[in-house]
Amino acid sequence: MPRRNDIKKILVIGSGPIQIGQACEFDYSGTQALRALRAEGYTTVLVNSNPATIMTDPSMADRTYIEPLTAEFVEKIIERERPDAILPTLGGQVALNLTMELARHGVFETYKVEVLGARIPSIDIAEDREKFRTMLAENSLPFCRSRVIRTQAEGIAAAEEIGFPMILRPSFTLGGTGGGAVYNREELAEKLTDALRASPVSEVLLEESIAGWKEVEYEIMADRKGQVVVVCTIENLDPMGIHTGDSITVAPIQTLTDKEHQRLREACKIIARGVGIETGGCNIQFALDPQSERWVVVEMNPRVSRSSALASKATGFPIAKMAALLAVGYSLDELQNDITKKTPASFEPALDYVVVKIPRFTFEKFQQSEPLLGTQMKSVGEVMALGRSFKEALMKALYSLELSHQGLELPKDWHSQDLSLAVIRATRYDRLYLIAELFRRGESLEAIHQATSIDPWFLVQIKELIEQERNLASKSMPKLQPEELFDAKVNGFSDLSIAKLLSTTESKVSQLRKKWGIESSLNQVDTCAGEFEALTPYYYFAYEKYPEESLVKVGRSSSALGTKPESVIILGSGPNRIGQGIEFDYSCVKAVQSVNALGYESVMVNCNPETVSTDYDISTRLYFEPLLWETLKRIIDEESKRSRIKGIICQTGGQTALRLSQEIRGVNILGTSSASIDRAEDRSKFESLLKKLKLKRPKGVNVRNLSELKRACRQLGYPVLVRPSYVLGGRAMHIVYSDQQLEKISLEIESAPAEHWPILVDRFLEDAIEVDVDCIGDGKDVIVTAVMEHIEEAGIHSGDSSCTLPPVTLTNAVIEKIHKLSVKIAKELKLCGFMNIQVALHKNEIYILEVNPRASRTIPFVCKATGSDWVSVGIKAILGQSFKAQSVKQPDLYPKKGQAIAVKQVVFPFLKFPGVDVLLGPEMRSTGEIMAVGGDFFEAFAKGLLASHHRLPKVGTAFVSVKDSDKSKIIDLCVKLKDLGFRIIATHGTAEFLRRADVVSSGVNKVKEGQPHIVDAIINMEIDMVINTTDGESAISDSFSIRRSALQAGLPYFTTLTAARAAVSSLERWIRGDLGVKALQDYFPTKRVNQKPSKRLEPKLPKKQMKLRQAKA
Amino acid sequence: MKSKKINLQSKSNSILLLEDGSFYRGRSFGAKKTEIGELVFHTGHSGYQEVLTDPSYRKQIIVFTAPHIGNQGFHPDDWESKACWASGAVMRNVVDAGFHWRRRQSLEAFLTEAKVPALIGPDTRRLVLKLRSSGNMWAVISTETANIKELEKHFDHKLSMEGLSLVREVSTKTSYTWVTKSVNLMADHVEARSSKGGRCVVMDFGVKRQILRYLLDSGFEEVIVVPSRTSADEIMSLSPDALLLSNGPGDPAAEKEIVAEVQKLLGRFPIFGICLGHQILALALGLQTYKLKFGHHGANHPVKNLHRDFVEISSQNHGFAVLPASSKPEIEMTYINLNDQSLAGFRHKGLNVCGIQFHPESSPGPIDSAKLFEYFHENNWEEAFG
Repeated sequence: MPRRNDIKKILVIGSGPIQIGQACEFDYSGTQALRALRAEGYTTVLVNSNPATIMTDPSMADRTYIEPLTAEFVEKIIERERPDAILPTLGGQVALNLTMELARHGVFETYKVEVLGARIPSIDIAEDREKFRTMLAENSLPFCRSRVIRTQAEGIAAAEEIGFPMILRPSFTLGGTGGGAVYNREELAEKLTDALRASPVSEVLLEESIAGWKEVEYEIMADRKGQVVVVCTIENLDPMGIHTGDSITVAPIQTLTDKEHQRLREACKIIARGVGIETGGCNIQFALDPQSERWVVVEMNPRVSRSSALASKATGFPIAKMAALLAVGYSLDELQNDITKKTPASFEPALDYVVVKIPRFTFEKFQQSEPLLGTQMKSVGEVMALGRSFKEALMKALYSLELSHQGLELPKDWHSQDLSLAVIRATRYDRLYLIAELFRRGESLEAIHQATSIDPWFLVQIKELIEQERNLASKSMPKLQPEELFDAKVNGFSDLSIAKLLSTTESKVSQLRKKWGIESSLNQVDTCAGEFEALTPYYYFAYEKYPEESLVKVGRSSSALGTKPESVIILGSGPNRIGQGIEFDYSCVKAVQSVNALGYESVMVNCNPETVSTDYDISTRLYFEPLLWETLKRIIDEESKRSRIKGIICQTGGQTALRLSQEIRGVNILGTSSASIDRAEDRSKFESLLKKLKLKRPKGVNVRNLSELKRACRQLGYPVLVRPSYVLGGRAMHIVYSDQQLEKISLEIESAPAEHWPILVDRFLEDAIEVDVDCIGDGKDVIVTAVMEHIEEAGIHSGDSSCTLPPVTLTNAVIEKIHKLSVKIAKELKLCGFMNIQVALHKNEIYILEVNPRASRTIPFVCKATGSDWVSVGIKAILGQSFKAQSVKQPDLYPKKGQAIAVKQVVFPFLKFPGVDVLLGPEMRSTGEIMAVGGDFFEAFAKGLLASHHRLPKVGTAFVSVKDSDKSKIIDLCVKLKDLGFRIIATHGTAEFLRRADVVSSGVNKVKEGQPHIVDAIINMEIDMVINTTDGESAISDSFSIRRSALQAGLPYFTTLTAARAAVSSLERWIRGDLGVKALQDYFPTKRVNQKPSKRLEPKLPKKQMKLRQAKA
Repeated sequence: MKSKKINLQSKSNSILLLEDGSFYRGRSFGAKKTEIGELVFHTGHSGYQEVLTDPSYRKQIIVFTAPHIGNQGFHPDDWESKACWASGAVMRNVVDAGFHWRRRQSLEAFLTEAKVPALIGPDTRRLVLKLRSSGNMWAVISTETANIKELEKHFDHKLSMEGLSLVREVSTKTSYTWVTKSVNLMADHVEARSSKGGRCVVMDFGVKRQILRYLLDSGFEEVIVVPSRTSADEIMSLSPDALLLSNGPGDPAAEKEIVAEVQKLLGRFPIFGICLGHQILALALGLQTYKLKFGHHGANHPVKNLHRDFVEISSQNHGFAVLPASSKPEIEMTYINLNDQSLAGFRHKGLNVCGIQFHPESSPGPIDSAKLFEYFHENNWEEAFG
């Protein structure tokens, strides 16, 4: 069944802002699909609200809509674009849900749009628990016994059927309140009462307990003919009970016999048929009893998922691309395996390596929340590593995480704590390190297996790693035998780890290794375990103790031509985390494309399986390796065999690449010098830089220890801002209002690693406006690419603030001043490449807050909001093309009348972290961002609110409670709300204040004033919107439950006055007028730079300042 | 600084020496022994138990490409015959935590008892790349000595799988009736579609037990396994309703006597040939066989049913293949291998014979094609091939 010709235009839905559980893997899948569809000659229309993605780069789709992912907006886009078909299976759950909603509204019938990839009834069966179970039962496939019950008696009766142990899950409670395991009838009777009470609808799901069972996943592809292949099998090291996104996973499955595996593979075929999967990738999860042949189907996702991205990177099989091609009519046997180019895609990849994925967590940013894992995903990123054994892959993955402790070392905060089996019985996120430590202390494998239910096959190898560690630690350098060093390397130990164990230095270990000829070999990811020749330049390193000479052929290299090509190495940004996410991958991918376009070979190094940068056909060569100097050295060796390395680009890979750049020797670091980078990053050097340039920064001092810090606070006077050096996402930054609060955070500060000292203590500027400035330099000239005004005041991390481009309240004079001082700093640092500056405007004075000498989080937003490919301009500058040579000029930064406004807003993961206050602060906690463009600020902001998942009410009740200093400023806001028809409820103090200003509102008790209070009103759904500003510790803790319950009730809430004002005016805009949609290509109509690599490319002219026209209503 | 490769393995007395003079050292595992065989690689992730007990690996040294072998130990239910017939095995890592619920024995104990030498640790990927580019090679595996000079003597005379007759070495010596159906994990993949029963005679060229189990599952009432040298007359005297020619080792062209007997049986009753049985059937029909460069050994080979235009993922294990002949229009191609377009199945409608190059009984591997046993029992190939 070949390509369908009856379809011309296809709408692809993205997945929106990065959230926990739905992250940049969908940028990877969407991007791959768009490329595939375009290559097939289809016209592609993309809608995604997330500007940080590569897919929303206007070069990726024919029509790019950065618009809210809601039915309202997507329908408008469909109306405008009239696509023939929609492809919803590559944008995660968001896209799937949105498609279901559009289907319910009859949009597809109205506009004659065909849904590709998954039929609506199929999505329904897969997503609806009861329908799915019915399908399983019809096909005699096993699933967990369960019953929904509403009374005690029903519960007792159901227990007969289900058997013990059993899990109680009250319906509609968050964080599993009232739930838990029961082991006998008495316990059931006891806990059932509580569980029924905990559920607002008095409904409890009783489910057979399969905690401790093995959990495995199958990634399959199906086509229209009904052909099914299993692309990858994945085994969770952590047993059932921990979300697979939070589990350490291993591919392929290691602990099942062939017969067990084949049985599940057959089940996959039956499920795909039963659900009615027509085409594409899907993911099926199973649980197996480790003690018998019992197994159950857990769930299936009828779409490309996070695991699909992992499976693609693990095997080399491009699931998203294939899914897109299958959706437009092809069958599997008509498609080629992209890696071998000779064999068909209808096969099952064979791996001769082990893949380990480890999630990365950020519990440190949500300290009020228990660092425990469960059925709700908590991790914000992941790393993947390939090795020729489980041990090697595990160790490489651990190093890839970039934590302050290396490999299996115990994290510092555990050093002084008691450790026992009880600790690892809890599903802590850092359990692996604790297991290792217990082995270190001599605990038995049996005991650890009992406590964790982790398969002994994994545990025994962790134990062996610890034994090896012990053996190394008992040695000294001169006594070390070659075989021992070799064994350590084969098992994945880094030179640094070995050095630590031998009490020597990393470089001495490296030298010894060189002397003994112990070196890793280069392996290709080829989908077929070497059976066929592969042409894909996707590599990893592994140590072979019993080697023969290398026979690997180098893919796509032109070394055969006689002269070596010139190459540029680009360092990726490693695992996603809060503060360093997809935005950096955007810059990396754009950098790779620019490097290719200039005729160089691009070499990508990264270990993040979710990204576009680790797709096998983005760079000329891809090394899937941890971002360590040790591996980078090896890559440089390997690369110099086949190319002349021009240098390394460290500016696009965030703090990861920047930190690594400090270790690089012997190869050119392209762009801004290391010395300059250090001047900007090191707090004290930065201070002298500002002094030299006569620029202001908030009054502050550098301190080197806790007592100095305490003294500084007293000197400066509260509030102060505490900032460590070289940190990411405002890690461990605090605004401190009092001695008591300082006391509270002192432990964390004391344990900050050496690299984060000195710590800067600033006088905190209250109510200042923060401004983000992006600039690029060519070593001589500087261009300020954007001045962005934050909506929230300074003190709230720039990554957590909304911002607007162009600014809306800054005067031209201020913008000019900011421009000039940015140029001054950039010139002083001889900026070559990218830089981001944050300044605060306080009482008409401009203060420099921070300078980041690299591509920053704001770059993708700026590129899309200005319609200019600044990354490419910057990369060309880094590679030696001056702005003059590129004919690029400084754009106009002043806002103009009629100019469209782009705003950035963010989303937070608070819902996933019970007990955490949603108040914003200097430590970044948002996971993702959206962009919205409008004819005026309020249109943009309104769209932004809708895009960032705020359920805005058109009528209803607004609750207002603000701190004293804000009271006088809310009158006009409340008047506006009343004009819009809202009822206002306020705490008594605020209500009284409003009454005096002639604004009618009803009073409600604060929580401490007794019930019925405001939280009751929120839970009872009597409130539709919350405005709550607060200060002072006791007020903050008093009002905590208000914000938390608003969050859990899904209400829009605003915790700063600036955001509240913007929101209310936007609400007005939304209620009064229609919000339009418009493609990026219409905002910036000129043809953009072609992505295809070509030797000679005309220097690209960024458009003069954006000439945005107002969206057609 | 010029770095010097150190010889880490000077103490090792285990070696794999290839006929081209290259060699790999490793850790010895299993029996202490020296053996010679054709080096082949198997690309399946799982199924080492079935592979190691498959008689078709006679005179071969199996290189497992999966990085971890032996993870679940050994269980008698997973054996495809009563022993290990291979000359040796090469594995990158062996980790056996002794935990799997079905485990009765460790891989090491199994190999030691089976008197099969194995090597752990060699760079198996490099070995595969070598075999891929230069084709199958013969090799000596030794877990007793690393004396290359001595081991080289094994190559004094020319070694080749071509012309090698191995069936007799692995076939049963006496006839027997097979009585067990598939149990537990392999149950319900093949089902009896009618109650017609019948007797199936299986010529044992090295038969895998799962073939026998599936024959019973498919509805045959009686499955009689006979030695490879059983004459056509003897088979006729058993009055079978159907005949199955099993898989097995070696060069089909070297089994002239068997081919001659099979020829006499053509057209008498439905005949189904699997792997070597398929090749022998082809030879009996006057087709030719040839040696593949490095064979097909794995569990991920796509084969296409040409009638249904449908791809099945198959389990494969063969070094020889049948050459399709356009001069014989009555012989219809039923399956092709999509990796190299080689013939993967044929049938002769008039004579009611069907040959399948791959392993519909899987073990190890996908069960996509298990229904073929049902068609065979029903004598209804039309459903599969039109």
